[in-house]
Amino acid sequence: MLMGLYNYWVVIVLMMVGFYIVIAHGNLVKKIVGLSIFQTSVFIFYISMAMVDGGTAPILDEGIKQYSNPLPHVLILTAIVVGIATTALGLALIVRIKEAYGSIEEEEIQKKDNLDC
Amino acid sequence: MAAPLCLFLTRPRLVWFFSIVASGLAFLISCLLLQQVMASGTISYELGAWDAPWGIEYRIDQLNALLLLIISSISTVVLLAADTSIRKEIPEDRHTVFYILYLLSLAAMLGIVATGDAFNIFVFLEISSLSAYALIALGKDRHALWASFQYLIMGTIGATFILIGIGLMYQMTGTLNIADLSIRLPEVAQTRTVFTAFAFVIVGVCLKLAMFPLHLWLPNAYAYAPSIVTAFFAATATKVAVYLLIRFTFSVFGLSFSFTHLPLQVVFMVLGLVGIFAASTAAIYQSNIKHLFAYSSVAQIGYMIVGFSLTTALGLTATLLHLFNHALMKGALFLALGAVMYRIGTTQLRDFQGLGRQMPVTMAAIVIGGLSLIGVPLTVGFVSKWYLVLAVIEVGWWPIAVLILLGSLLAVVYVWRIVEVAYFKPSLEGADSIKEVPLAFMIPIWTLVLANVYFGIDTRLSVQVAQAASQSLFGVSP
Amino acid sequence: MKDLLAVVMLLGIYSLLSASLFVAMDAVDVAFTEAAVGAGISTLLMLVAITMTGRSEYPERHKPLLALAVVIVTGSLLIYGTLDMPYFGSAEAPIHQHVAPRYINDSMQEIGVPNIVTSVLASYRAFDTFGEVVVIFTAGIGVLALLLVARRSEEDEKADLFNYSMHEQHLILRIVTKMLIPFILLFAFYVQFHGDFGPGGGFQAGVIFASAIFLYVMLFGMTTARRVINQSFIQMIAATGVLLYGSVGVVSLLSGKEFFDYSALSSDPVAGQHLGILLIELGVGLTVASIMIIIFFNFASRRGNQ
Repeated sequence: MLMGLYNYWVVIVLMMVGFYIVIAHGNLVKKIVGLSIFQTSVFIFYISMAMVDGGTAPILDEGIKQYSNPLPHVLILTAIVVGIATTALGLALIVRIKEAYGSIEEEEIQKKDNLDC
Repeated sequence: MAAPLCLFLTRPRLVWFFSIVASGLAFLISCLLLQQVMASGTISYELGAWDAPWGIEYRIDQLNALLLLIISSISTVVLLAADTSIRKEIPEDRHTVFYILYLLSLAAMLGIVATGDAFNIFVFLEISSLSAYALIALGKDRHALWASFQYLIMGTIGATFILIGIGLMYQMTGTLNIADLSIRLPEVAQTRTVFTAFAFVIVGVCLKLAMFPLHLWLPNAYAYAPSIVTAFFAATATKVAVYLLIRFTFSVFGLSFSFTHLPLQVVFMVLGLVGIFAASTAAIYQSNIKHLFAYSSVAQIGYMIVGFSLTTALGLTATLLHLFNHALMKGALFLALGAVMYRIGTTQLRDFQGLGRQMPVTMAAIVIGGLSLIGVPLTVGFVSKWYLVLAVIEVGWWPIAVLILLGSLLAVVYVWRIVEVAYFKPSLEGADSIKEVPLAFMIPIWTLVLANVYFGIDTRLSVQVAQAASQSLFGVSP
Repeated sequence: MKDLLAVVMLLGIYSLLSASLFVAMDAVDVAFTEAAVGAGISTLLMLVAITMTGRSEYPERHKPLLALAVVIVTGSLLIYGTLDMPYFGSAEAPIHQHVAPRYINDSMQEIGVPNIVTSVLASYRAFDTFGEVVVIFTAGIGVLALLLVARRSEEDEKADLFNYSMHEQHLILRIVTKMLIPFILLFAFYVQFHGDFGPGGGFQAGVIFASAIFLYVMLFGMTTARRVINQSFIQMIAATGVLLYGSVGVVSLLSGKEFFDYSALSSDPVAGQHLGILLIELGVGLTVASIMIIIFFNFASRRGNQ
């Protein structure tokens, strides 16, 4: 069982590292970095599902019988785009937040926010 | 049939007028769709002419059609007021961008509802969220940026959870089509993987839904977004999330799986009730009226969750009714707040002093909307709460019915605070110059308010559709 | 104080490593994209962002216990979920039995494109890809909404001077880059039109094309680049890309077929598929390249503005 699932477990550890960074860190850039790691590990997870032992890349050619599953690849292509879109927008927000609050630390922003209210 | 809806995405250089045309067209199409679905059952449309599990399919049944109608109608009405409102709240050079984002978000929500493919849901979910983040960040002060960033983090975590869940489902069944999934999932329902998939999808959706413990992003996001955006999202975005919740639990995983494997019923019931009370109480203590109504939205979501957790046809009918009715109420309320914002530039409670005299028509709209929130007879709020209480009693849970009514009492308290300030406090100095808002605001607000009253008196249409939808959902799951 | 630069660089390395992992697991298309996007564009964007926000982070003062608990619960739920999963690499897994075989066995006859990923992407699931284009379009518009700065002349000149002095120092870099850029552009076109046969396609090509422009901007300065590339022109291109994609769908709709049914484009279904894929890949490429450029320009000129 260990050998059969090790890949998924490694991926899960990666995911959780990313997830931890997102919720535990106060620095906004780090949050985005964590989000990236989280998403990328989900990508690895999908691609692991598509893998077939002894298969090759899904580009048709004569003499090859076993291909890996193309569908998750397609899904992940889309998901990567979604990931970069989120990252870009998040960074743009950070830049604006820095201009408006003069800080990119969660605690400080929260403090200034409360002062205003 | 549904595909033309997506074409709205493709005109980036548009203006207000075009947006209205597009949104109005979507509204017409969804009316037609609803009619057709009510008459002849589920419609399915295969994009690219590939059969369903291979290609992507659009699938419209009563539930989808109802949701499409809610979204497109609210969007059209809200857009009517958009031009006047954003001229005041958003810098000139961002207007085009605003409409593009608005339309993208509208199209994405329609897409989420219409599609019959699990991964396609994820893609559209991301479009709608990305445009939502940007729209919220367009709000006037810097709080909007921070609120939007928090929403971005929460929303992306939610979406990634859904993605993991979809991946796990796909792994066990080899398909992404919702109808196909519901056929193939029972075979593997006993595995721990499917259980995990379910948990992840539900948690992800609940994050988007702002269900009680996961609601922290919502009040700020609503309070600081431009008024038009708030009116639109408050009336539609959470509804889409409720739709996803219903769709995944009832259609994809099937009723028997969803509610026998997990203590889901109890969990949702408790969270729903706690949500109603915690959020209503929080609403009472807010000094910003937008905050107040945002918390009240969280509380209303609690009602929907309670109806949902009953897992009876009547309970689900109540949830769907409340979905429809709440969209009307919150649309009207936030639009009216937008009108206040337009005139006095703030929505702080203390600035509402004496507004009942300066802006009688707008304030009357807020009062009617508030009555509807409380659930006074002759308004829509009454209808859905009535059905909810009926559903609870049907199952025989008396204490919960009492709790629901108590929750409404809390609504009385926070609505009364507004009424008290607006009508019984002397006007602020220099308030004489405040006038009623232009007609462009009046028409949409009163359309929604009158709809509130109309559907509160003549309940045939809404109840009929909601019943048909919930019955079809129970018909699908054996 | 911790340095965010190191964090960002490590993230880039992580992306590159996962790209090689994708190659190891036979997902060449995905690896290509991840390398271009994750290791390239997003690292670049993050670098630009931290030059504006400051690159140091406060020492940690957060309370990690709650977060740790959430993470452990989520992680163990996932591990629990894996227990019933088909084993890694097993060919009997349901995922390989139900939908996928049709793609592998029939796509050659139905679509006539050797790269199955391309045919699934652009034809079977064309609507997802449409969504993908719209996602990136939304992001571009969103960034535009957030970072758009009004034109300013005085500061422009100042920035110009600054840029000018900086570039004098990097003579070798400039010459090498000048030589490289045409090749990068050429490579982008190759990837664009070769996507049917090998890994690649509109998305990757768009990113590569955009990266050539980025290089140019980095070395010759924003103002020079603006003289070559007009922002509203790029926005038009981005819109055209989405429109092109959408209109392929509309054409098939108008000719009485379903949305995105490429067989409407030609009398021979397979030729129609070819044409359709070509067109939408072009749409994807246009949009992606121009949106990437828009995003980068807006970040960069925001920076010049500070």
